[in-house]
Amino acid sequence: MNIELLSQYLVAGITYGTIYAIVAIGFNIIYNATGIINFAQGEFVMLGGMIAVSLHSFMPLPAAILAAVLVAMIIGALIEIIFIRWLVSPSVLRMIIITIGISIFIREAALHVWGEAVRALPYFTGTEVTVISVGDVHISPQVLWVTGISALMVIILTFFFNYTLLGRQMRACSANRDAARLCGISAKNMVTLSFVLSAGIGALAGCVVSPITYVQYDSGTGLAIKGFTVAILGGLGNSTAAIAAGLILGILESFSVWVMPAAFKDVVSISILLLILFVRPSGIFGSVEASRLKEF
Amino acid sequence: MKAFKMFAVLMLTVMIMAAPALAKDTIKIGAILAVTGPAAFLGAPEAKTLEMMVDEINKKGGIKGSKVELIIKDSGASPEKALSFAKQLIEEDKVFAIIGPSTSGETMKIKGVAEEAKTILMSCAAAEVIVNPVAKYVFKTPQMDKHAVIKIFQQMKEMKLTKAGVLSSNTGFGKAGKEQIEKLAPEHGIQIVANEVYDSKATDLTAEVTKVKAAGAEAIINWSIEPAQSIVIKNARQIGFKGQIFQSHGFGNIKYVEAAGEAAEGVIFPAGRLLIADVLPKNDPQKAVLVKYKKDYESKFKEEASTFGGHAYDAMIILTKAIEKAGKADKEAVRNAIEGLKGVVGTGGVFNFSAQDHNGLDINAFEMLTVKKGKFVPLATPSKKEGSPKKK
Repeated sequence: MNIELLSQYLVAGITYGTIYAIVAIGFNIIYNATGIINFAQGEFVMLGGMIAVSLHSFMPLPAAILAAVLVAMIIGALIEIIFIRWLVSPSVLRMIIITIGISIFIREAALHVWGEAVRALPYFTGTEVTVISVGDVHISPQVLWVTGISALMVIILTFFFNYTLLGRQMRACSANRDAARLCGISAKNMVTLSFVLSAGIGALAGCVVSPITYVQYDSGTGLAIKGFTVAILGGLGNSTAAIAAGLILGILESFSVWVMPAAFKDVVSISILLLILFVRPSGIFGSVEASRLKEF
Repeated sequence: MKAFKMFAVLMLTVMIMAAPALAKDTIKIGAILAVTGPAAFLGAPEAKTLEMMVDEINKKGGIKGSKVELIIKDSGASPEKALSFAKQLIEEDKVFAIIGPSTSGETMKIKGVAEEAKTILMSCAAAEVIVNPVAKYVFKTPQMDKHAVIKIFQQMKEMKLTKAGVLSSNTGFGKAGKEQIEKLAPEHGIQIVANEVYDSKATDLTAEVTKVKAAGAEAIINWSIEPAQSIVIKNARQIGFKGQIFQSHGFGNIKYVEAAGEAAEGVIFPAGRLLIADVLPKNDPQKAVLVKYKKDYESKFKEEASTFGGHAYDAMIILTKAIEKAGKADKEAVRNAIEGLKGVVGTGGVFNFSAQDHNGLDINAFEMLTVKKGKFVPLATPSKKEGSPKKK
């Protein structure tokens, strides 16, 4: 094992990690507002990629991405209004099952709209074979795009949740819905907003990762599983931790290929998920005390 | 009440008149295809192809004067559903033959049922186990995996490459290909330096290709039908792998080339001739069939014809020819007729059936293709191509 090979595995790990992390952030937003896991998050990612690819055929790339994010946000809002808003104090379990239903619904609808073909946005800079080389280590510029946009998203979200009224209202709803309502916060609107936000962020994630991973009607599921693992690993609700956890998982997976047959790559990530759930359900970076206060 | 009576009498009359006509004059053919679900890219074009062909056959007056009635069941690639549909088609619909299923797993599940009911099964799935060992009533139209592997090995020999890094996805298709590669490599003097299986839903395979490159592979052979096959070539080029990349016949969909973009240039893979129908020489025996199928399909459905739809086309052509030869739609007679069919030109190749060979295709059914400027082209003089590898 020479240093070049080592670095190449590291770079591969960073690629996986940032993809997982950007998906995990979407999970965290809805969790922060509602305390539930939205299992349709992967489908938002898929929708973003698909819509952007369709729009890109008649508008420039930045416009297509922007429009795709907006469309996904509208879809997110509609889903919340149609399926969730009218429920009277739904239990966590019921909400989770509803989101699973929504994910299947979106997937099947996408199959009918776009068919089973594989699509991808063009690389934001360069082409499929463009690489930035440092010695014998190669990295695709798109990976830098994904990393950069993830970082930007985390900064904006941290600011939003900590320093804006709206963001703090959303957090209040998650912490204690009844108390928040007594303070005059419309909990229902906050939940809608969280779906809009996470759909938008999911869609943006779908756009930036699609040149690397491609997008297909059912590609949301695979991304959602990894994103979910990373969200748990980092501690639910904490987007900065999600990036760190994503990188840890990605690098572990990548090095697992070096020592084990590649077929065991997912065994590694799922084992980590199980281990964390048993040993430290609040996540690596989560607070044990805070998680005790939560319903889920 | 009066109206009802009249209606009832009318219905009865119609039924009495229609029933014997139906029973005597139609040939019922069932089809179990994965029209939706994960294998929809196989089943959807197959179903469309069959509908198109049956329309055409009936417009021309049917086979030997008998109209064809097609019953398509969508299995969604689930072997369990395929099994219950097979029973339904055989016992309730009393079909004459079944075309499909689209995938090998489903076919193996219903092989026994078809055999027991003495109903002809024309599978559109690739795995060799479907026809080896031979089952009396089971046939298949796609080319053999082993022929695709041998084609690649012959090509490697010609390019003087001996060290192969093998990648395959964890699906039935990937597994079948991997087994054939492992089995056939020693006798062709190919050394497998790395052999990795990846998840069919993988989103990035940089680590896998890094491992293959580090193992000293001169060529990568990848076996999958998922988008992952585009990811493999892209990642391989990104980490600076300069050797030759081979793909399986699963690469025969231009979408995968579009997805891989520049990275797809120079990839070599075996495929049926449908993909290069337009550029085939005029004297090629398949030219006329391929061009007609492609034109009919594309003008009717406004989408690119694929080799997969072609498998259903071949199944229907073979059945039609066999019924014509047998002179009547009798299961036993038609089955015997299929075994005697020689030189039937289909989209997958020229079929020569026998009692031992229920596939009827030989290695010549495959042509080596390569990608040039984002298009499939025949690989002309292989040893002097720009795709040839630079040795380290």
